[in-house]
Amino acid sequence: MSTRSLFAPKVDIPRGAALALGAGSVGVLLGFWCLLTYGGFTPPDFLAAPDKVLAAGVKRIGDLSLFRHIGSSLTVILSGFLLASIPAVPLGILMGSFRAVQAAIEPITGFMRYIPVSALIPLLILWIGIGIEQKIMVIFLGTFFQQLILISDVSARVSKDLIDCAYTLGASRRQVVQRILFPACMPGVMDTLRVTMGWAWTYLVVAELVAADSGLGYMILNAMRGLFTDVILLGVFTIGVLGLITDFLFKLLRQRLLSWSADL
Amino acid sequence: MSLLALDHVTVRFKPKGKPEVTALDDVSLRVAHDTFAVIVGPSGCGKSTLLRLVAGLETPTSGSMALDGQPIAGPSADRGMVFQSYTLFPWLSVRENVMFGPKLKGLPKAECEDIADDLIRAVGLSGFERSFPKELSGGMRQRVALARALANDPRILLMDEPFGALDSQTRQLMQELLLEVWQARRKTVLFITHDIDEAIFLGDAVHVMTARPGRIKRSLSIDIPRPRDLDALTSPDFMRYKREVLHLMHDEAVLAATPRREAIRLAS
Repeated sequence: MSTRSLFAPKVDIPRGAALALGAGSVGVLLGFWCLLTYGGFTPPDFLAAPDKVLAAGVKRIGDLSLFRHIGSSLTVILSGFLLASIPAVPLGILMGSFRAVQAAIEPITGFMRYIPVSALIPLLILWIGIGIEQKIMVIFLGTFFQQLILISDVSARVSKDLIDCAYTLGASRRQVVQRILFPACMPGVMDTLRVTMGWAWTYLVVAELVAADSGLGYMILNAMRGLFTDVILLGVFTIGVLGLITDFLFKLLRQRLLSWSADL
Repeated sequence: MSLLALDHVTVRFKPKGKPEVTALDDVSLRVAHDTFAVIVGPSGCGKSTLLRLVAGLETPTSGSMALDGQPIAGPSADRGMVFQSYTLFPWLSVRENVMFGPKLKGLPKAECEDIADDLIRAVGLSGFERSFPKELSGGMRQRVALARALANDPRILLMDEPFGALDSQTRQLMQELLLEVWQARRKTVLFITHDIDEAIFLGDAVHVMTARPGRIKRSLSIDIPRPRDLDALTSPDFMRYKREVLHLMHDEAVLAATPRREAIRLAS
């Protein structure tokens, strides 16, 4: 038996094989889609054919409406994400390394992480209305508490020896936090931001559920009323592609800013 | 007068849900100026705790500790430490790592760089000033850690099994390098190890510790002429010291490996 086989666990495979496998699985899925639609197994208002989705995309790119939807969705997502990340990063780092901060915040985060964001929408409407603030707030609530927990975990895993070492080099407590704890957390923070950015995209439709007049989530919900499955699928694909792009940007950012980090 | 003086130092702590542990029991120790002191003992004998006490990273339950007559309270730049684990700051280059202490002291940048480059040369890493820790081997990282600890010009250098994670060839080279640097700069060193050869090869004085609770069982003064080289390792004097420490350590290892009740029976 060879341990250097395509089917041995934790063994690298040739790049060509990896690409072929990836293309293969996507191909099978596309083929199945074509079979269902062009083969006449499903009616168009149940599942639109690939060319219909493409046509819907071309039309909306032509009249620029797709970009308008993307623009307003990006505004909501990025605002909510930044609003969450800016306090969550420092707070999470402190929470993971200071028992006092942890004791104060943990009961709240522990509780909030299990609350589905959609359950809070009625209250959000009551408190802050149905404008863009409400949509941003949905993204904020969906990411903030998860970020806190993940980042506090990153901070808790920073080696105690690194901190002790800084003390023996003459650092004060404050200097240890600023010059050791924060930089040591950066790779983990970056990974957390990347993961939670992905989650933020998944909250988009929930965010645009109420009283939206633009955005990809709105586009999908609106298309549902007329059973325009081509437009629904267009929205779904656009979100997927935008998600991939932001993920790639985060990866690039990490390679650029944190090239010193061993685990890329 | 000795530079470092520990008197009747005892450390007890109570792990959650477990009986109280005495890590160090009435330890008294003297380390003279500019000498190389080594503490050797079985794992879990509290020798690392002893070093962390001197570093100011832990406080004794009772007893007193003084450096040059000044009581030790909390960590300070005059007691530099090299850890067993790799503790280079990965986001700083080799030079920036070594400059870390001098920069905290507020020395001008040019002076910090001079200190750093001088020490980087002394540990044989010229040309690696701009490298980052992830690009270095384990031995190279510990060289930088040594240079970084020396950059503060500490009054005592504390070393906690610094070569413990290295392979035996690298370890031997590092010991020779350490002696070379020590010979050139004359520092007081307190070095912890469980490796008997290492202890005798490096030390002016070797203190053998007992298994938990940690006590100093015997202190030997090592009269092997310096500079010591590889041949010192096979000299008759070296063998004599080794035999003595080996026996002291063996008794301790047996005790440490024996269940408690059995140990009490054997001791009585």
